[in-house]
Amino acid sequence: MTKVLTNRFDLKGGACDIDVYLKTGGYQALARTFKDFTPDQVIEEVKKSALRGRGGAGFPTGMKWGFVPKESKRPKYVVCNADESEPGTGKDRDLMRYDPHLLIEGMIIAAYALGARDNYIYIRGEYWYIKEILEKAIAQAYERGYLGKNVLGSGFECNLYVHPGAGAYICGEETALLESLEGKRGHPRLKPPFPAVVGLYGGPTIVNNVETLAAVPWIIQNGGEAYKALGTEKSGGTKLFTVSGHVNRPGNYEVAMGYPLMSMVNNECGGIPGGRKLKAIIPGGSSVPIITAEEAEKVNLDYESMGTVGSMLGSGGVIVMDETVDIFETTMNVTHFYKHESCGWCTPCREGTRWLFKVFERMHRYEGRPGDVELLYDLADKILGKSFCPLGDAAAMPVQSAIQKFRDDFDRRIKSTLVQINTAAD
Amino acid sequence: MFSEANEKKLDEIMTHYPVKRSAILPALYIAQDEHGYVTDDDIRYLAKRLDMRINEVEEVVTFYTMYSRKPIGKYKLQVCRTLSCMLMGAEQITEHISHRLGCGIGETTPDGKFTLQEVECLGYCDLAPVLQVNFDYHEKVTSESVDKVIDGLQQK
Ligand SMILES: Cc1cc2nc3c(=O)[nH]c(=O)nc-3n(C[C@H](O)[C@H](O)[C@H](O)COP(=O)(O)O)c2cc1C
Ligand code: SF4
Ligand code: FES
Repeated sequence: MTKVLTNRFDLKGGACDIDVYLKTGGYQALARTFKDFTPDQVIEEVKKSALRGRGGAGFPTGMKWGFVPKESKRPKYVVCNADESEPGTGKDRDLMRYDPHLLIEGMIIAAYALGARDNYIYIRGEYWYIKEILEKAIAQAYERGYLGKNVLGSGFECNLYVHPGAGAYICGEETALLESLEGKRGHPRLKPPFPAVVGLYGGPTIVNNVETLAAVPWIIQNGGEAYKALGTEKSGGTKLFTVSGHVNRPGNYEVAMGYPLMSMVNNECGGIPGGRKLKAIIPGGSSVPIITAEEAEKVNLDYESMGTVGSMLGSGGVIVMDETVDIFETTMNVTHFYKHESCGWCTPCREGTRWLFKVFERMHRYEGRPGDVELLYDLADKILGKSFCPLGDAAAMPVQSAIQKFRDDFDRRIKSTLVQINTAAD
Repeated sequence: MFSEANEKKLDEIMTHYPVKRSAILPALYIAQDEHGYVTDDDIRYLAKRLDMRINEVEEVVTFYTMYSRKPIGKYKLQVCRTLSCMLMGAEQITEHISHRLGCGIGETTPDGKFTLQEVECLGYCDLAPVLQVNFDYHEKVTSESVDKVIDGLQQK
């Protein structure tokens, strides 16, 4: 299979050194960009590639870049979203620690396409050692003239800074990220205006995920059409998935869009330990609806196919659960996460996630009251679509899908069935 | 005031942004690095240094989980409790550490050496369960490997 993102992963960090990166074809796409592409042509090429945002929402990247106004009084910015906090996801981590220059090269090309001089990588604070890896790589890129006042003698000035977050999932949401970068609490902004028009310090700003930007050099080198051809008609290219939970070989795997989910589980990841049976998979990070083992059999890893089973590709965090797992427990676990990470800005999410968790707590003690399962579903309904930013939906969808598909695991927590439970649990 | 080296570091960081206030998150890490936590003096000082009001700095400090407003252990033992780690036995790891140190979740040992915390997803889901000690990651931990980590820190 053609690899776009993970060609240097086997070097286990060796490619952090710019000389190794150069020897393995690095910065050639950038040189080519200045030689053969106008900024608009870069955007056109990305449009042709059918590349979609890898941060979770899957928005077409070329289209987003096209929204940036050509003329702007305020400076424009490219901001890389390296906040990677969606439970189940650890792909940007490896992209940055194994091949930092690939991201840097992608960012410089994006900055050239959009006319942005100063650019930022917003990285989650826990990834401190990766921040240091990036800073070293950036220093090397300055030394060799890939960054700075006059990139490769083109007259284009490009600067790149790494900015640490400090432990807040909501700062992965692009407008909260911009607030945070401006030195404030990470509360989301009202959209529209979208960041592409009014973003960082009021200037037009493109926020893209690490993986999205890391795909750009390949697209420039090989052409948008070639990239698209690697995947499906509507989901171009390849994608990096993090597989965690009950598989023999958890890890990050790059596959072509459209690759069958169960091939990933059984081939790349070596199947489920101890010959146990699959129970459920959360295919795109904890925010997306859960799917059953039967659904997992018929679904492929691309945006459209995931939709057919009522789920989403999300961030590409595949969480695998075997038959020993109680879906009530796993859903309570993610609800705790959203309750903890709710930024408190709007009422449905702030209060709703606390309520949800309260009901979970009493059911956890097998003290659920008749009607509590319906209450959970209803509470989730009051959050879904009614909160200020998508974090509310992310809290509601897992609860609703889990109840729809694994109702038994919830019913067992209602008090009237207590006797039955105790025998089942022992 | 910070040490001369850290003052220099902060000066350099401030050149990254068109507004001073943007440097607040990196600046708070520096404060925490110097004093172990963010002190009242740090808050007053940074407000002045970054042209912010004192309550604006305070607002930021309390929003982000990686800053502490009170003294904590020299080593922050952070066990991830989120789904992928839970599936791989994170709870037992937390219990094991808690038992060994005689210290509950959120508490600090009497000698001021360790603080035990349960935290949310650390981005190491495929390498679960994971323990982060200050900024150092320990992946695929077991009771035994955690014991070794703690043994090592106790000798420091
Ligand atoms: C609550 C929440 C958390 C998010 N976390 C991340 C994240 O950690 N990393 C990321 O790239 N995108 C995250 N996103 C998506 C961003 O808002 C945004 O869509 C993305 O950075 C755009 O880049 P892309 O088009 O390249 O995916 C999050 C969104 C929400 C609502
Ligand atoms: S939905 Fe939640 S995270 Fe989003 S603004 Fe409202 S409270 Fe904050
Ligand atoms: S769930 Fe523990 S690191 Fe992601």
